[in-house]
Order: sequence, then C-alpha cells, then structure tokens
Amino acid sequence: MPRSQAAKIPPSSPTAAEQTAVEETPPVQTVPPPPAVAEVLALAQAGDHYAFAQIYSLHKRRVYSLCLRMVGNPSEAEDLTQEAFLQLHRKIATFRGDSAFSTWLHRLSINVVLMHLRKKGLPLTSLDEAMEPTHEDGPGRSFGAPDLALTGSIDRLALERAMSDLPAGYRLIFILHDVEGYEHNEIAAMLECSVGNSKSQLHKARLKLRAALRTAIQKGEPS
Amino acid sequence: MTRDPQFMTCQEFQEQMAELIGSGEDVNNHPHLRMCATCRALLADLQTIADAARELLPVEPPAEDLWQRIELAIQKEDSSLDPG
Ligand SMILES: [Zn+2]
Repeated sequence: MPRSQAAKIPPSSPTAAEQTAVEETPPVQTVPPPPAVAEVLALAQAGDHYAFAQIYSLHKRRVYSLCLRMVGNPSEAEDLTQEAFLQLHRKIATFRGDSAFSTWLHRLSINVVLMHLRKKGLPLTSLDEAMEPTHEDGPGRSFGAPDLALTGSIDRLALERAMSDLPAGYRLIFILHDVEGYEHNEIAAMLECSVGNSKSQLHKARLKLRAALRTAIQKGEPS
Repeated sequence: MTRDPQFMTCQEFQEQMAELIGSGEDVNNHPHLRMCATCRALLADLQTIADAARELLPVEPPAEDLWQRIELAIQKEDSSLDPG
C-alpha cells in the first residue's frame, strides 16, 4: 500500500483529495447531496451510472495527476485517464473491499499507464549510465567546501518541472516511490526489475533532480 | 581491489553510492560520511528532494469534457456487449 496514504489517512475517512472533490461540480445535473462514499461505491458496483459518475468526480484529479506525471503529456494523460475509468467500469463489481478503494483504483491506473508505455516500446527502467559525481561543478571544485544549495524548502513547480525532464525510467521510479509512496518490492514487481535495481535507479533519479534543481537555482529561474 | 572505506575519496564514494544503495546497504552509516561534510550534504539534498516529492499534491483536474468522452466510451462498450 502506498506509504503516503497509510501514513496520513485513517482507513475509514476520505482523503483530502476526495473531500475536495466532493465539492466539485458533479458531471450530472440535478444532484442530490452526496451520500457516504461507501454507499456511492456500492451503488456503482451494482451498475448505477450516476454513482459511477460520482466515483469519477471523486477520483479524477488524482488519477489524472498520476497519469500526467508518468507520461508528461496532457492529452496522453487524458486518454490514459479515460482508459483507467473504462477499465474501472468493467472491473468495479469485482472490488472486494480488502484494500482501500482508492489504493485499488490507483494501482489499476498505474497498470494502465505501464501497459501503454510498454506498447510504445519504452524501457520502464533506465539503462544504467555512468553517473559522474556532482558533475555540475566539475570534480575539482565540488569536493572541497560543503555545498548545501538545496537547504530549506524546494519549490513545488521547480520540482515538477525537473521531474518532467527526467528520462522515463528514472521518472517512473521516482514518482512511484517518492511521490506515490510505493515500496521498492512493489515497484520491482510492477516494473519487472530487481529490488536493488529499483533502489539504485531511485538514487540516480534523485541525483539528476538535484542537478536540475541546482541549475535552476543558479540560473535564478522564477519559481 | 576494495580500499578501506575510510580512505575513499568523495569521487570513489559517490561513484559507488548507487551500487551500495542497490545492494541494500544503509549508506548513511558509511565510514566515508562520518568524515565528509560534502557527501553528507549531498545525501541531505537527496533527502530534501524526497521529502518535497512526498508533499506534492495532485495537479489540476482533467478537461471538463473528459467525463463526456468516458460516458460515450462506456455506452459504446455496453451496447457492443449487449446487442438489442
Ligand atoms: Zn565525500
């Protein structure tokens, strides 16, 4: 289960995203007040179209965000969000409630994205490349004084930008582990690689992000 | 072949870091880090990045008409499954 969810959310309460989503305009008109999330889910499982629309409203932002971060392209991300909800529609009756529904949907969405990337022939893990140690400063200068360019907080938009510039394989691992909170053994299973590979690729992804963020800071890019 | 890890240079340590992490070693306890503020700072940066990533929220929602597209696709699928 994604760590971020496990850590932040008691099992029975809706996520912050879900609570926000309840207030969004539902896609169907003449709306009764939203019943409890569990009741909506049960109705959707029984084939209620309005309830399925509510499920879409509750989860669209999170599923779309995941797709967008993983593929980096809004129209592709919308196609994948559509495919994820189509698959959800086919499979929702089989959801048994032994995991949180949002976790289940999230995992289904990741599978949709990974299948799409495999079809495109993209390698899901990056080929190992030699990482030069703190290469952005050249070896001579960087091994002297401590260099804490990133102390304090990191700008969210700068981080999103740097993530989108990562090679696909590094991006996937970083998003799955650091953003979405999956464990290395779960990621290794999803990407069909070893746990060690997942760990070392994550490290390299973070190094690449650090280099990109430092470059952005040095250039004084607006954040 | 392997040098005493205490006498590693930063370059050697950083070149091995990904491999060490991949092998399951806790690099935070590596002898080089006890003596080297530069590499400690590097690892602290990486942790700062990981912490920032955990705080990222969902981006903006998808286009408004995406639900209409999904509804159409569902109807199409339902009618092909259930002719008549
Ligand atoms: Zn060092």
